[in-house]
Amino acid sequence: MDYLLSIRPVLAIATSLVAAVLILYMHNRPNLRDATSVIAAILKFFIVISMAPLVLAGSTLDLTLFEILPGVDFAFRVDALGMVFASVSSLLWILAAIYSIGYMRNQKERSQTRFFASFAVSLSAAIGGAFAANLFTLVIFYEVLSLVTYPLVYHKENKESWKGSRRYIVYLVGASKSFLLAALALTYQVAGSMDFMPEGLLKGSDASDFILIAIYFSYLIGFAKSAIMPFHAWLPAAMVAPTPVSALLHAVAVVKMGVFCVLRVIFHVMGIDVMGNLGLGIATAYLVSFTIITASIYALTRDDLKARLAYSTISQLSYIILGAAMLTPLAVIGGITHIAAHAFSKITLFFCAGSIYCASHRRNISDLAGIGKRLPWTMAAFFIGSLGMIGIPPTGGFISKWYLVTGAVEAKEMVFLAVLLVSAILNAAYFLPVTYTAFFEKEAQSSNPELVAMESVKEVPMVAIPLVITAILSLILGLYPDYFLELARAVMRGTGMS
Amino acid sequence: MELPILSVLIFLPAIAVIILPFLRTNAVVRWFTLIVLFVDFLIAVWLLVAFDTSTADMQFRESREWVPSLGIGYRLGIDGVSVWFIFLTALLGWICVLASWNSIKHRVKEFMASLLAIQSMMIGVFCALDVFLFYVLWEAMLIPMYLIIGIWGGKNRIYAAFKFFLFTLAGSLLFLIGILVLYFEGGRTFDMLALMAAEYSFKVQAGVFIAFLIAFAVKIPMVPFHTWLPDAHVQAPTAGSIILAGVLLKMGAYGFIRFSLPMLPDASQYFAPMMIALSALAIVYGGLLALAQTDIKKLVAYSSVSHMGFITLGLFTLNVNGMSGAVIQMFNHGITTGALFLFVGLIYERTHSREIPQYGGMIKAVPLFGILFATFLLSSMAVPGTNGFVGEILVLSGTFAVNGWAASAGVVGALIGAAYLLGIYRQVLLGPVKVPDDNKIWDLDNREILCAVPLLIFVFWMGLYPKSFLTILQPTLENLLLQLAVTGAGG
Repeated sequence: MDYLLSIRPVLAIATSLVAAVLILYMHNRPNLRDATSVIAAILKFFIVISMAPLVLAGSTLDLTLFEILPGVDFAFRVDALGMVFASVSSLLWILAAIYSIGYMRNQKERSQTRFFASFAVSLSAAIGGAFAANLFTLVIFYEVLSLVTYPLVYHKENKESWKGSRRYIVYLVGASKSFLLAALALTYQVAGSMDFMPEGLLKGSDASDFILIAIYFSYLIGFAKSAIMPFHAWLPAAMVAPTPVSALLHAVAVVKMGVFCVLRVIFHVMGIDVMGNLGLGIATAYLVSFTIITASIYALTRDDLKARLAYSTISQLSYIILGAAMLTPLAVIGGITHIAAHAFSKITLFFCAGSIYCASHRRNISDLAGIGKRLPWTMAAFFIGSLGMIGIPPTGGFISKWYLVTGAVEAKEMVFLAVLLVSAILNAAYFLPVTYTAFFEKEAQSSNPELVAMESVKEVPMVAIPLVITAILSLILGLYPDYFLELARAVMRGTGMS
Repeated sequence: MELPILSVLIFLPAIAVIILPFLRTNAVVRWFTLIVLFVDFLIAVWLLVAFDTSTADMQFRESREWVPSLGIGYRLGIDGVSVWFIFLTALLGWICVLASWNSIKHRVKEFMASLLAIQSMMIGVFCALDVFLFYVLWEAMLIPMYLIIGIWGGKNRIYAAFKFFLFTLAGSLLFLIGILVLYFEGGRTFDMLALMAAEYSFKVQAGVFIAFLIAFAVKIPMVPFHTWLPDAHVQAPTAGSIILAGVLLKMGAYGFIRFSLPMLPDASQYFAPMMIALSALAIVYGGLLALAQTDIKKLVAYSSVSHMGFITLGLFTLNVNGMSGAVIQMFNHGITTGALFLFVGLIYERTHSREIPQYGGMIKAVPLFGILFATFLLSSMAVPGTNGFVGEILVLSGTFAVNGWAASAGVVGALIGAAYLLGIYRQVLLGPVKVPDDNKIWDLDNREILCAVPLLIFVFWMGLYPKSFLTILQPTLENLLLQLAVTGAGG
């Protein structure tokens, strides 16, 4: 493997930080301010993607800035796993930025400058995490992400949002100030370093099995952004945020940061040998299987569209971890590809929820009867997003689930095969009725005066265009999945699996 | 002859005290004190630059006869630990003058004289290589602090000042007894280096260790000797709180590093598990006490008890990680808690209330104040990237090596810390704007920004590049561990 010195990881992080400063500076020139967001997003995406050919060719791009503690540097390394997360987040930021402008203006939301600035810093934190070369650097960006998304969650500053945001920050900071802190201190004590190693930092360490198991589970709980049950309650609480936040951050950047951290721990801190020998892989797989099924059952019972989507996210995040935890090549590829597949489909669904809210102020699924005629683009996109969640071709979700299913067969673990199939049925059971209600039920007049009357519901263009694009992207991902599959294979090969 | 730089550092503020009575107006007094203490700070910076990191020996040594018949000398010298505390003292010194610029309105001259005197004595303590000199300064320091609390403090100042004085004086008596035992057992000298080189039987070591423990435990303060601290902090003026939290609390921990560990290595190892248990108790209990407060100044005071627990925890792990974490944490606590007291003082100056529930929305009402205060809260919470995190991770990883339970208690303490600090963050800074009794509130002026910025720099400098601190610290700590191991094996 080649190590190339490169400044590009830092440039990718800095783009949105600079944008945040400009956004604050241009607080009373909204057009210029919002254009900055979009331009920075495009720029960031191109910087990230410019590194892809090198990573696909088997190199990593490295930059060590300085030493923090003995054996711990402030350092970046762009590898295949980081590239998956970074490509997805930076590409979707472009669309989310456009969508946000449409949504925030349509809603005449307050504090838009704070919103766009926090949004930009969140993206810096996400990319910084993706490219971090060791646990210390990763955790810095992880915490920054918690702190800068906090104002986005309490954005509306009403009673409901204070309550939700409080739960959000207490869960995330609480988990990291307890379990994550302990895990980091133990890791540093045991390994004398915090670097990610291709075959695992703790491989060959002389720590006892008990300590290794304690470290692993502390990480699993400490990285609460991965929303494994029972540490998931912050995610539904975060739905009080404006929908663009729920879409990009609480379906992509923040939650994927959590899952990404867990994958880093599985592959590059513990290593697949330790995971396998101590039975941690199988234990994790059972834990997340519980989450997959339980979260889906929760989702079934939710009438609030965003709440249903949030529980669906909890369930789908665990697919990614399940893939990694099965520790077989195909399952690992499936898990990693699902980062992308879930992102494109889920952001579409959230965009749709926001679009429906913008156009009609409706939040409950039961109020959506017949809305498909008024919002054809939105509801068609919603249907495509649903297909991705269920895993029906030709969406990206089909590819990743195909690998997961074959991976489960390869691992000879029929329990997980059953979990995947049951979950697919549950996904269908809570997503398809939404499309049915929208297109095939008769329009009903609601007596609720807050809702816009059905006759005057129509698409909001600036909101509808991005969601159509993300829906198309989720189809393209199903037809041309090679980019993410190749990255996933590179991750898999790097861990020493064959 | 070489310039006796440590003496200059010590006597500059002392000489200024003598000049002070001849100055006329309050404005001149303030400017004069500021300039003197700033010059003192610049000398401390120079000291840091000139410090030789390749040796663990004492540097910048000075030695003069004082009372030769009793073995007392004027002996000065610094190592990689004390150089940092001199720097911290000198940094907080001029910040304290700025912080009291407007809030101290009566008897300005006396106040500034107290600040100058205490600075001179504190630096003297950190430089002293003679036990007698150390003890004299250590005791004398109480007087200006007693005056600062007793004259310029809040409503209950006399009670608080008296309690502070009694507690520390009682501890000091035990300290004196311990010193005298060492004096007679160690060859009738007060030369600290000679006393470190001398050998003591385990019985002597154990007795002296206990005497020192109580003396230092009052200063730090460790549970159950902590009850004077909240009273003293709440009643003290801002500058008093900053000095108290920033430097005076460190004296106890510094005592362990200077006396207990090198002079009493066998007892230190013997009592280490007990010390670790007491520290773990202080971390959790102090945290819980802080969690129960609604008075913001009391909350920060109790949080000090918890944070000081991390320091003694790290020291008695007796390994490099734990001990360097402890020293870093000492420095951090001076910076961060100093800053928190500064901000509590600023908010009190504006609204004359310290009740957390009466506030809200400060980030909106006074953005600069809000953002800086938030940063210091996060630093106290030890968020990665800030100074607190580095100390915490080092102390905890050092502790995990010796005692998993104590380390877990430390983690619990960190979690409790996050809870009460996040509580302040949410209640004071966020939400709708709320000011007690509809007082007028205004954002930071240039003087106040000048107070906060140096502290802010250290929050991130220590958080991201603690190496510059560790390179100076580590030779000294490794030497200390060597002393512990060598004599420990022999005894």
